[in-house]
Amino acid sequence: MKIKKNIPLIDQHDKFGFWGGKFGGSFIPETLKKPIEDLTDEFKKLRKDKKFLKKRDFYFKNYVGSPTSFIKLENLSSYLGGAQIWAKVVSEANGGAHKIYNATVHALICKAMGKKYIIGDTGAGYAGKMLSMAAKKFGLKCKIFMGAKDIKRQKPNCDAMKRNGAEIVPVYSGSQTLVDAVSECMRYWVSNCDNTHMCVGSTVGPNIFVKICGWSTAQISKELKAQLKEKFKKIPKKLKLINCVGGGSSAYGFWSEFIDFNKKHIELIGVEAGGPKKSLLHAAPLSRNAKIGVLHGAASYVCQNNEGQIHETESISAGLDYPGVSPIHCFLKDTKRARYTYATDEEALNAYQLVTKFEKLNPSLEPSHAFAEAIKIAPKLSKDTIIIVNSCGDAKKDRDILKERLVKN
Amino acid sequence: MKNSLINQSFENARKENRPALLTYTVAGDNTKKKSLEILKSLSNYVDICELGFPHNTPIADGGQIQTSAYRAIKNGIKINDVFSIVSNFKRSKKDKPIILMGYYNMVYQYNENKFILKCKKTKVDGLIIVDFPYPENKNFADKCRKNNINFIQLISPTTSKLRLKKIINDSHDMIYYISMLSTTGGKLKVSAKEIITQYQKIKNYNKSKNVVIGFGITEKTIKSLKKADGLVVGSAICKEITRSIKKRQNAVTNVINLVKRLNNKIK
Repeated sequence: MKIKKNIPLIDQHDKFGFWGGKFGGSFIPETLKKPIEDLTDEFKKLRKDKKFLKKRDFYFKNYVGSPTSFIKLENLSSYLGGAQIWAKVVSEANGGAHKIYNATVHALICKAMGKKYIIGDTGAGYAGKMLSMAAKKFGLKCKIFMGAKDIKRQKPNCDAMKRNGAEIVPVYSGSQTLVDAVSECMRYWVSNCDNTHMCVGSTVGPNIFVKICGWSTAQISKELKAQLKEKFKKIPKKLKLINCVGGGSSAYGFWSEFIDFNKKHIELIGVEAGGPKKSLLHAAPLSRNAKIGVLHGAASYVCQNNEGQIHETESISAGLDYPGVSPIHCFLKDTKRARYTYATDEEALNAYQLVTKFEKLNPSLEPSHAFAEAIKIAPKLSKDTIIIVNSCGDAKKDRDILKERLVKN
Repeated sequence: MKNSLINQSFENARKENRPALLTYTVAGDNTKKKSLEILKSLSNYVDICELGFPHNTPIADGGQIQTSAYRAIKNGIKINDVFSIVSNFKRSKKDKPIILMGYYNMVYQYNENKFILKCKKTKVDGLIIVDFPYPENKNFADKCRKNNINFIQLISPTTSKLRLKKIINDSHDMIYYISMLSTTGGKLKVSAKEIITQYQKIKNYNKSKNVVIGFGITEKTIKSLKKADGLVVGSAICKEITRSIKKRQNAVTNVINLVKRLNNKIK
């Protein structure tokens, strides 16, 4: 298994859609074969269409608000000693997280395909909020599928979805979190694929959804590459890019331009959700050695039992609370290009407190997992090492959880 | 597979000038013992039994089958239990074809080859893997054929003409036509006439294939589709089991009565 150079990772799959011969694919019911084929053809056409690209760039700049800033966390760095810690503040993007890139592109594709309805899944509520924003912007009717447990714990984002005119469909089956929301969203699409476009909220799902999402979030690393050259004149010699990984859309977006570099030069570190310290449940299939399985139309490392039943997961962060992970990250793991680890709920909370104490930054619980790893390794590293954390979400949505958990502690 | 039990069942129904009746129940719903009992009693009134592997992230099943599946999983059903239900069933009903239906992850975790061998050993007649479409399933389907197991291809209203031909060419004794864009158990939202027209297209391409129609088939709708080679009723039966459990009634009797009523409508 090998990564090819000079070809975007999203395109390095075989004719059945597998990366490295075993991750990804399209395990879908017959009914979805045609709509997925249509979408695949459309995307192939659009990504080469100059007019479409111009449109995308226009909305990325004027609607999403690209580029998001790239800042040094001076106080945190000097407090910890060792490596310099920087942040790519992707949470500045319209709506407060990286999910807006994928949502905007899907809304544009939906328009191009002449469909009037768009549906999507959401965990933390960011994918749903952004899709509802994009739907409103482009005049599409929108339905968001969300686990009942997540609706309760991410209320601010639900309020936003409703304000944007989207219908939130609560999902009561299974663990009532993201995994069930995605299942329900796919089921709805099976029944309505003739007039409805589906947006999968991360780099997961059948092959084409991994590609569209990765293509959209790749904007983050394009910006970062330019910003690195601007701040350091060239790409620094010792660089570590740390990103949280749930489905893996922000991590892929953050890394895509840097995958061709040697890993001793640019190390890619993915941080999964380890769950509560003393719990057996987690959402860390890559770093806690889950087996390969098929979930939501793709093969990836999946938290599951021997029988192939999908495990319930547990994490303080709804956005990372997912038993599967992108096939692209499985590929990056098996080729050893990226390193994956996890942070517990407690470590993420501590990181949140430390970052907000020293910096004018308010990372949500998802990137707080990435900050936890940065905080752990920075003191052991040399001063000329540059750590960049993708601060991919804003903590406004987490205010209730933070209030409850930080008072208790 | 000319002499397959599946083929014979369709032949028998054809001789009686009626469509074959196929039922779907979930293995282990609501217990291993009960589901075997239901299956055995059912088989006296139906031509082919489909038995589902419960899965907890089913992307093509509606509410009724989900409820049955969650109930079965909660009561501890395992893959090997499903096989033991089949072999137990076959001990007394060796001439009744049984088709296992499930999602690919079950097969994948069990190991494809091991799974097929286990099917062969327990005398499974056919397999439907909902999320393993054509042509990805070609190798697996060939392996099934070599072991005298029918791999059943699905066709839906969205299947293109070219694809339809390829699927039919590579199919075994039976083809499953999904009546409409829906998960299982949805309300029939297309007219019976339209469904039969689509069905006829498949038949016209190759008359020797047995084509069944499934999804949305209930007591109300079954009569209008009786032209088909076979009709599958699943969610309506799962619903009846759920209702019986809720009302503390005998699920076996209630399901049998439902199947008798279904049979009367397609005589």
